[in-house]
Amino acid sequence: MPFPARAVLGDSAASVLTDQARMKGTLRSVDRGTYVMHEITTTTGAVREFVSPGGAVFGVAWEGQFPPNFQQLLGPYYQQSQQASASQQPRARRAPIGIETPGLVFQQTGHARSFHGVAYIPQLMPNGVQASDIR
Amino acid sequence: MRRIGLLLVVSSALWMAACGSSGNGSGSSSITSVTVSCSPSTIIFGQTSQCSATVIGTGNFSSGVTWTASAGTISASGLFTPPSGGATTLQVTITATSTQDTSKSGTATVTVNPAQQVNNVQPIVVDAGPAPQSFFTVNQAFTSVTVCLPNSSTCQTIDHVLVDTGSSGLRLLSSAGGGELTLALPQANDSGGNPLYECEVFLDGYIWGSVSTADITVAGEKASSANVHVVIPASASPAPPGSCVSQNPPGGNGNEGNTLMAFGANGILGVGLFQQDCGLACTSQNQLLPDVYYDCPASGCNPTYVTLAQQVPNPVVMFATDNNGVLVQLPAVPNGGSADVQGSLIFGIGTQSNNGLGSTTVYDVPDSGNNAGNFTTIFPPNGISYPASFLDSGSNGLFFLNSSVPGVPATCSDQNSWYCPTTSPDNLSAQNQGTNMSSPVSVSFSIENADMLFNNNNGANTAFSTLGGPDCSVGGSNCAFDWGLSFFYGRNVFTAIENMSTPGGTGPYVAY
Repeated sequence: MPFPARAVLGDSAASVLTDQARMKGTLRSVDRGTYVMHEITTTTGAVREFVSPGGAVFGVAWEGQFPPNFQQLLGPYYQQSQQASASQQPRARRAPIGIETPGLVFQQTGHARSFHGVAYIPQLMPNGVQASDIR
Repeated sequence: MRRIGLLLVVSSALWMAACGSSGNGSGSSSITSVTVSCSPSTIIFGQTSQCSATVIGTGNFSSGVTWTASAGTISASGLFTPPSGGATTLQVTITATSTQDTSKSGTATVTVNPAQQVNNVQPIVVDAGPAPQSFFTVNQAFTSVTVCLPNSSTCQTIDHVLVDTGSSGLRLLSSAGGGELTLALPQANDSGGNPLYECEVFLDGYIWGSVSTADITVAGEKASSANVHVVIPASASPAPPGSCVSQNPPGGNGNEGNTLMAFGANGILGVGLFQQDCGLACTSQNQLLPDVYYDCPASGCNPTYVTLAQQVPNPVVMFATDNNGVLVQLPAVPNGGSADVQGSLIFGIGTQSNNGLGSTTVYDVPDSGNNAGNFTTIFPPNGISYPASFLDSGSNGLFFLNSSVPGVPATCSDQNSWYCPTTSPDNLSAQNQGTNMSSPVSVSFSIENADMLFNNNNGANTAFSTLGGPDCSVGGSNCAFDWGLSFFYGRNVFTAIENMSTPGGTGPYVAY
């Protein structure tokens, strides 16, 4: 499992150390005042967990050779975001994915061997944090 | 070849011994003539020719000579090696000059021919997609691929295989999934003798199926006993494991191997930057076992390490020649789009007269790390850097920033996959920079209203150079420019494979 199984978006931060051990990665934590960023680096990529002063994981960013296990990463937000939009227009294929709802913002870009993405919950974002801080 | 050269060296040495030693000693000696012969006098690139000199003189003269060649290299003993590459015949003048009297020299000519060339041109078409279909593809470049049972003449040619410079490896949709492949290719096994399966994850979905073995033929090129990913639907057995399924992103397409419509093609010919689809990350060198290759005994499928040789390879590196990369060549497409555009997938870079880099610019990209295969796009020019940008013939548009970013076209109101700029065409420019470059190079592009494009020409157009859509909702360095097929029209776009030598340097790089 290349990316976190436990630091579910919206969950508490208690699992960061568990993630580090399971991912066999190195942990770096940076206190940025309005939030703490925990970065776990492995041989094939990095995942960054953004934790509010209240201890909630409000955002996750990832980059590396493989995408994360989204079902585990997004928890209950995964199912609610699965409704694909039906359209009469020709499909965008191998295209980046973007979702912007009041409950969840998600985006992923890249190609085989290089995936980059972020997911966050707008309501859980501490005051003073910009969406572009999550990366 | 080598044995003949050795004999000539020996005979040359004998002659020198018979005719006296070197050293000019007596003032009465002089050189009369130097003559040169090379054998063979006609070679092909990659071969060598042994040259020998006959020095005739008077008195106690020196038989020593120095060697020069008008191209390539020649050793002190006269072994000539031509330069590398070479799509056209080369005449090389070999000169031996007397060391005693440099006014006396002799020459011979060695002819260097290109290796016997195979057909390296495979036609591609950008049309509405594979039949039978209830859907319509745009900006998808298709070709056909022939697969055979290994070492046999039992073969099947599959049409409408997507030409994808953004991935590596051949993947074919089985007939169970609505694809054309019916040939039962032999299953490849893992090191424990169990069937080997693979979960390949794309940006917008995943595919699942067996690793099988085939002889692959495209144009005159052949990859023998190459591993191929045979894509099966979720209804087939074994079903994709949960750890594969949950790599589908929210809003993604899920299992794209379920139907022809979901896959959008009968296969994907991954002719990208890498020698295998996964590389070292799927070998035991990686401490963390990734959810890519699975071993599937009857009891179920579990992730497994594989060697590089057990992976699905980029078939191009398995060709005997023209194996260092590809050139995608598509004609220019005017604003408004075109129907049924035809072009070429040309194998090799600088290996034949039709695949030279010419005046294109090489953009080196990292071979590993979080930005493997990526270069930096700067937008607007001299503005923000997007270091995860890439070229990908398998993406069917120019996908970049969110419409809220200044200077980015508006998103369509009826479909958020595409741009519908209020002023169409919206003429834009950016800059691209590879890791080898000290300064970026400008690139111009245009975006037209997608609703207009899809309705133009009664909806018959399938190729659009001005089709694009948003990549990013957040902004910042998470975003990238995905230079998809729209970018390829009217350009020669090269993809050089990692660790392969080309006239533009060693891959991986892209050039256009």
